[in-house]
Amino acid sequence: MGEAADNSAFPEPDPGRWLQDYGDVLYRYALQRLRDSAHAEDLVQETLLAAFQARASYSGRSSEKTWLIGILKHKVVDFIRTQVRESTVDDISALSDKGVEHDIDDLFDARGFWVRPPRDWGNPDAALHNDEFLAAFEACLARLKPALAQVFALKELVGQSSEEICRELGISTTNCGVMLYRARMGLRRCLDVQWPGGNSKGTK
Amino acid sequence: MRSCKDISFLVSQSLDRKLALRERLGLHLHLMMCNACRCMADQMKLLQAASLHYQITEGLESHSAQQALSREASDRILARLQQAARERSD
Repeated sequence: MGEAADNSAFPEPDPGRWLQDYGDVLYRYALQRLRDSAHAEDLVQETLLAAFQARASYSGRSSEKTWLIGILKHKVVDFIRTQVRESTVDDISALSDKGVEHDIDDLFDARGFWVRPPRDWGNPDAALHNDEFLAAFEACLARLKPALAQVFALKELVGQSSEEICRELGISTTNCGVMLYRARMGLRRCLDVQWPGGNSKGTK
Repeated sequence: MRSCKDISFLVSQSLDRKLALRERLGLHLHLMMCNACRCMADQMKLLQAASLHYQITEGLESHSAQQALSREASDRILARLQQAARERSD
Protein backbone atom coordinates (compact mmCIF):
# COMPACT_ATOMS: atom_id res chain seq x y z
CA MET A 1 0.00 0.00 0.00
CA GLY A 2 1.03 3.58 -0.31
CA GLU A 3 1.06 4.42 3.39
CA ALA A 4 4.59 5.80 3.32
CA ALA A 5 3.87 8.17 0.49
CA ASP A 6 0.64 9.40 1.93
CA ASN A 7 1.62 10.47 5.41
CA SER A 8 1.13 14.20 5.05
CA ALA A 9 -2.04 16.17 5.39
CA PHE A 10 -0.40 19.10 3.57
CA PRO A 11 -0.46 19.33 -0.18
CA GLU A 12 2.91 18.78 -1.79
CA PRO A 13 4.44 22.20 -2.45
CA ASP A 14 4.77 22.84 -6.13
CA PRO A 15 8.04 24.47 -7.16
CA GLY A 16 6.52 25.17 -10.56
CA ARG A 17 3.98 27.40 -8.89
CA TRP A 18 6.71 29.09 -6.84
CA LEU A 19 8.46 29.85 -10.09
CA GLN A 20 5.29 31.26 -11.57
CA ASP A 21 4.35 33.33 -8.51
CA TYR A 22 7.73 34.48 -7.25
CA GLY A 23 10.19 33.91 -10.10
CA ASP A 24 10.24 37.55 -11.18
CA VAL A 25 10.47 38.93 -7.65
CA LEU A 26 13.37 36.61 -6.85
CA TYR A 27 15.04 37.44 -10.12
CA ARG A 28 14.82 41.19 -9.54
CA TYR A 29 16.14 40.82 -6.01
CA ALA A 30 19.16 38.89 -7.29
CA LEU A 31 19.71 41.10 -10.32
CA GLN A 32 19.76 44.30 -8.28
CA ARG A 33 22.51 42.86 -6.13
CA LEU A 34 24.54 40.94 -8.72
CA ARG A 35 23.91 43.09 -11.81
CA ASP A 36 24.34 40.06 -14.03
CA SER A 37 21.28 38.39 -15.50
CA ALA A 38 22.84 34.95 -16.07
CA HIS A 39 24.06 34.72 -12.48
CA ALA A 40 20.74 36.05 -11.19
CA GLU A 41 18.87 33.35 -13.14
CA ASP A 42 21.18 30.68 -11.72
CA LEU A 43 20.51 31.83 -8.18
CA VAL A 44 16.74 31.79 -8.73
CA GLN A 45 17.06 28.16 -9.86
CA GLU A 46 19.28 27.24 -6.92
CA THR A 47 16.89 28.95 -4.52
CA LEU A 48 13.85 27.06 -5.79
CA LEU A 49 15.73 23.77 -5.77
CA ALA A 50 16.94 24.39 -2.23
CA ALA A 51 13.43 25.39 -1.17
CA PHE A 52 12.02 22.21 -2.70
CA GLN A 53 14.57 20.10 -0.87
CA ALA A 54 13.96 21.94 2.39
CA ARG A 55 10.18 22.20 2.01
CA ALA A 56 9.63 20.23 5.20
CA SER A 57 11.33 23.01 7.15
CA TYR A 58 8.92 25.69 5.93
CA SER A 59 6.87 26.42 9.00
CA GLY A 60 4.26 28.61 7.39
CA ARG A 61 5.06 31.27 9.96
CA SER A 62 6.34 33.66 7.32
CA SER A 63 4.86 34.10 3.88
CA GLU A 64 6.20 31.88 1.11
CA LYS A 65 7.69 34.92 -0.54
CA THR A 66 9.59 35.99 2.58
CA TRP A 67 10.79 32.43 3.08
CA LEU A 68 12.05 32.18 -0.50
CA ILE A 69 13.72 35.61 -0.38
CA GLY A 70 15.45 34.54 2.83
CA ILE A 71 16.94 31.53 1.05
CA LEU A 72 17.93 33.67 -1.92
CA LYS A 73 19.54 36.28 0.32
CA HIS A 74 21.93 33.65 1.71
CA LYS A 75 22.77 32.54 -1.79
CA VAL A 76 23.41 36.13 -2.88
CA VAL A 77 25.75 36.71 0.06
CA ASP A 78 27.63 33.47 -0.65
CA PHE A 79 27.90 34.33 -4.29
CA ILE A 80 29.20 37.87 -3.78
CA ARG A 81 31.63 36.65 -1.16
CA THR A 82 33.06 34.10 -3.57
CA GLN A 83 33.29 36.73 -6.29
CA VAL A 84 35.17 39.15 -4.05
CA ARG A 85 37.47 36.35 -2.92
CA GLU A 86 38.18 35.52 -6.53
CA SER A 87 39.21 39.09 -7.32
CA THR A 88 42.95 38.97 -7.32
CA VAL A 89 44.65 39.65 -4.03
CA ASP A 90 46.41 42.60 -5.70
CA ASP A 91 43.06 44.04 -6.67
CA ILE A 92 41.71 43.91 -3.14
CA SER A 93 44.86 45.29 -1.57
CA ALA A 94 45.01 48.11 -4.12
CA LEU A 95 41.37 48.96 -3.57
CA SER A 96 41.61 48.88 0.21
CA ASP A 97 44.90 50.77 0.55
CA LYS A 98 44.39 54.27 1.87
CA GLY A 99 47.72 55.28 0.39
CA VAL A 100 46.98 54.85 -3.30
CA GLU A 101 43.63 56.18 -4.34
CA HIS A 102 43.81 58.00 -7.64
CA ASP A 103 40.04 57.92 -7.97
CA ILE A 104 39.86 59.97 -4.76
CA ASP A 105 42.98 62.08 -5.18
CA ASP A 106 41.86 63.83 -8.33
CA LEU A 107 38.71 65.03 -6.57
CA PHE A 108 40.80 67.23 -4.29
CA ASP A 109 43.56 69.78 -4.71
CA ALA A 110 46.91 69.58 -2.96
CA ARG A 111 45.49 71.08 0.24
CA GLY A 112 42.57 68.66 0.30
CA PHE A 113 39.88 71.07 -0.94
CA TRP A 114 37.27 70.01 -3.49
CA VAL A 115 38.31 70.57 -7.08
CA ARG A 116 34.66 70.43 -8.10
CA PRO A 117 32.41 70.93 -5.07
CA PRO A 118 29.57 68.40 -4.73
CA ARG A 119 26.17 69.66 -5.87
CA ASP A 120 23.12 70.03 -3.72
CA TRP A 121 20.86 67.10 -4.61
CA GLY A 122 17.83 68.81 -3.15
CA ASN A 123 15.17 67.10 -1.05
CA PRO A 124 16.26 63.50 -0.28
CA ASP A 125 12.68 62.21 -0.03
CA ALA A 126 11.91 63.60 -3.46
CA ALA A 127 14.99 61.86 -4.90
CA LEU A 128 14.01 58.52 -3.33
CA HIS A 129 10.63 58.70 -5.01
CA ASN A 130 12.09 59.76 -8.30
CA ASP A 131 12.45 56.94 -10.85
CA GLU A 132 15.11 58.89 -12.67
CA PHE A 133 17.23 59.09 -9.55
CA LEU A 134 16.89 55.38 -8.82
CA ALA A 135 17.70 54.51 -12.42
CA ALA A 136 20.82 56.71 -12.26
CA PHE A 137 21.74 55.07 -8.93
CA GLU A 138 21.57 51.61 -10.53
CA ALA A 139 23.53 52.78 -13.56
CA CYS A 140 26.26 54.27 -11.37
CA LEU A 141 26.42 51.11 -9.25
CA ALA A 142 26.98 49.18 -12.46
CA ARG A 143 29.95 51.40 -13.30
CA LEU A 144 31.84 50.90 -10.05
CA LYS A 145 34.84 48.59 -9.96
CA PRO A 146 33.31 45.13 -9.33
CA ALA A 147 35.02 44.52 -5.99
CA LEU A 148 33.85 47.91 -4.70
CA ALA A 149 30.31 47.36 -5.95
CA GLN A 150 30.25 43.94 -4.28
CA VAL A 151 31.40 45.22 -0.91
CA PHE A 152 28.89 48.08 -1.15
CA ALA A 153 26.14 45.59 -2.05
CA LEU A 154 26.95 43.37 0.94
CA LYS A 155 26.87 46.35 3.31
CA GLU A 156 24.00 48.43 1.99
CA LEU A 157 21.85 46.18 -0.20
CA VAL A 158 22.07 42.93 1.75
CA GLY A 159 22.44 44.63 5.11
CA GLN A 160 25.50 42.89 6.51
CA SER A 161 27.52 44.73 9.15
CA SER A 162 30.98 45.92 8.22
CA GLU A 163 32.46 43.57 10.84
CA GLU A 164 30.82 40.59 9.13
CA ILE A 165 32.03 41.70 5.72
CA CYS A 166 35.62 42.31 6.86
CA ARG A 167 35.76 38.98 8.65
CA GLU A 168 34.41 37.04 5.70
CA LEU A 169 36.73 38.75 3.24
CA GLY A 170 39.68 38.39 5.57
CA ILE A 171 40.62 42.08 5.47
CA SER A 172 41.01 44.56 8.31
CA THR A 173 38.23 46.88 9.42
CA THR A 174 40.26 49.82 8.17
CA ASN A 175 40.68 48.35 4.69
CA CYS A 176 37.03 47.44 4.59
CA GLY A 177 36.18 51.04 5.47
CA VAL A 178 38.42 52.28 2.67
CA MET A 179 36.61 50.08 0.14
CA LEU A 180 33.22 51.34 1.28
CA TYR A 181 34.54 54.91 1.18
CA ARG A 182 35.73 54.52 -2.39
CA ALA A 183 32.48 52.89 -3.42
CA ARG A 184 30.48 55.78 -1.94
CA MET A 185 32.75 58.42 -3.43
CA GLY A 186 32.54 56.73 -6.83
CA LEU A 187 28.75 56.53 -6.63
CA ARG A 188 28.24 60.13 -5.54
CA ARG A 189 30.69 61.41 -8.11
CA CYS A 190 28.87 59.49 -10.85
CA LEU A 191 25.44 60.60 -9.63
CA ASP A 192 26.60 64.20 -9.36
CA VAL A 193 26.93 64.06 -13.15
CA GLN A 194 24.25 61.50 -14.05
CA TRP A 195 21.35 62.75 -12.05
CA PRO A 196 19.85 65.81 -13.71
CA GLY A 197 17.34 66.36 -10.90
CA GLY A 198 19.91 67.91 -8.63
CA ASN A 199 20.91 70.42 -11.29
CA SER A 200 17.64 72.18 -11.79
CA LYS A 201 17.32 73.40 -8.22
CA GLY A 202 20.73 74.47 -7.11
CA THR A 203 19.84 75.75 -3.67
CA LYS A 204 22.86 77.23 -1.98
CA MET B 1 41.61 71.83 10.87
CA ARG B 2 40.72 68.77 8.81
CA SER B 3 40.66 69.00 5.02
CA CYS B 4 37.56 68.31 2.92
CA LYS B 5 39.26 65.07 1.86
CA ASP B 6 39.61 63.94 5.48
CA ILE B 7 36.02 64.92 6.15
CA SER B 8 34.71 62.86 3.21
CA PHE B 9 36.38 59.76 4.67
CA LEU B 10 35.02 60.56 8.12
CA VAL B 11 31.47 60.92 6.77
CA SER B 12 31.79 57.51 5.12
CA GLN B 13 33.11 56.05 8.39
CA SER B 14 30.17 57.54 10.28
CA LEU B 15 27.89 55.32 8.16
CA ASP B 16 29.82 52.19 9.20
CA ARG B 17 30.71 52.75 12.84
CA LYS B 18 30.12 55.08 15.75
CA LEU B 19 32.64 57.90 15.57
CA ALA B 20 34.78 58.84 18.56
CA LEU B 21 33.80 62.06 20.28
CA ARG B 22 36.79 63.91 18.87
CA GLU B 23 35.93 62.77 15.36
CA ARG B 24 32.32 63.82 15.80
CA LEU B 25 33.29 67.28 16.98
CA GLY B 26 35.77 67.76 14.14
CA LEU B 27 33.16 66.62 11.64
CA HIS B 28 30.45 68.83 13.07
CA LEU B 29 32.70 71.88 13.14
CA HIS B 30 33.78 71.40 9.55
CA LEU B 31 30.24 70.82 8.26
CA MET B 32 29.05 74.01 9.95
CA MET B 33 31.50 76.00 7.88
CA CYS B 34 31.72 74.09 4.61
CA ASN B 35 28.78 74.05 2.22
CA ALA B 36 30.47 71.63 -0.22
CA CYS B 37 31.03 69.02 2.49
CA ARG B 38 27.46 69.44 3.73
CA CYS B 39 26.30 68.54 0.23
CA MET B 40 28.69 65.59 0.14
CA ALA B 41 27.44 64.34 3.52
CA ASP B 42 23.82 64.60 2.33
CA GLN B 43 24.74 62.74 -0.85
CA MET B 44 26.37 59.86 1.04
CA LYS B 45 23.39 59.58 3.36
CA LEU B 46 21.10 59.51 0.35
CA LEU B 47 23.14 56.65 -1.15
CA GLN B 48 22.47 54.70 2.03
CA ALA B 49 18.78 55.62 2.04
CA ALA B 50 18.44 54.60 -1.61
CA SER B 51 20.07 51.25 -0.82
CA LEU B 52 17.71 50.73 2.06
CA HIS B 53 14.85 51.37 -0.33
CA TYR B 54 16.05 48.33 -2.31
CA GLN B 55 16.39 46.22 0.83
CA ILE B 56 12.84 47.03 1.82
CA THR B 57 11.22 46.57 -1.56
CA GLU B 58 12.98 43.20 -1.90
CA GLY B 59 12.96 43.18 -5.64
CA LEU B 60 9.38 44.35 -5.97
CA GLU B 61 10.34 47.04 -8.38
CA SER B 62 13.35 47.76 -10.46
CA HIS B 63 14.17 50.84 -12.41
CA SER B 64 16.50 49.21 -14.87
CA ALA B 65 15.26 47.79 -18.12
CA GLN B 66 15.25 44.09 -17.19
CA GLN B 67 12.24 43.46 -14.99
CA ALA B 68 11.41 39.81 -15.32
CA LEU B 69 12.83 36.35 -15.92
CA SER B 70 13.08 35.68 -19.63
CA ARG B 71 10.89 33.01 -21.15
CA GLU B 72 13.97 30.84 -21.83
CA ALA B 73 15.29 31.14 -18.28
CA SER B 74 11.88 30.42 -16.87
CA ASP B 75 11.49 27.28 -19.01
CA ARG B 76 14.97 26.10 -18.17
CA ILE B 77 14.39 26.51 -14.43
CA LEU B 78 11.02 24.78 -14.64
CA ALA B 79 12.58 21.81 -16.45
CA ARG B 80 15.25 21.55 -13.76
CA LEU B 81 12.64 21.71 -10.98
CA GLN B 82 10.52 19.02 -12.61
CA GLN B 83 13.60 16.84 -12.90
CA ALA B 84 14.28 17.32 -9.17
CA ALA B 85 10.68 16.46 -8.36
CA ARG B 86 10.91 13.26 -10.47
CA GLU B 87 14.15 12.23 -8.81
CA ARG B 88 12.41 12.71 -5.49
CA SER B 89 9.49 10.46 -6.36
CA ASP B 90 11.58 7.72 -8.00
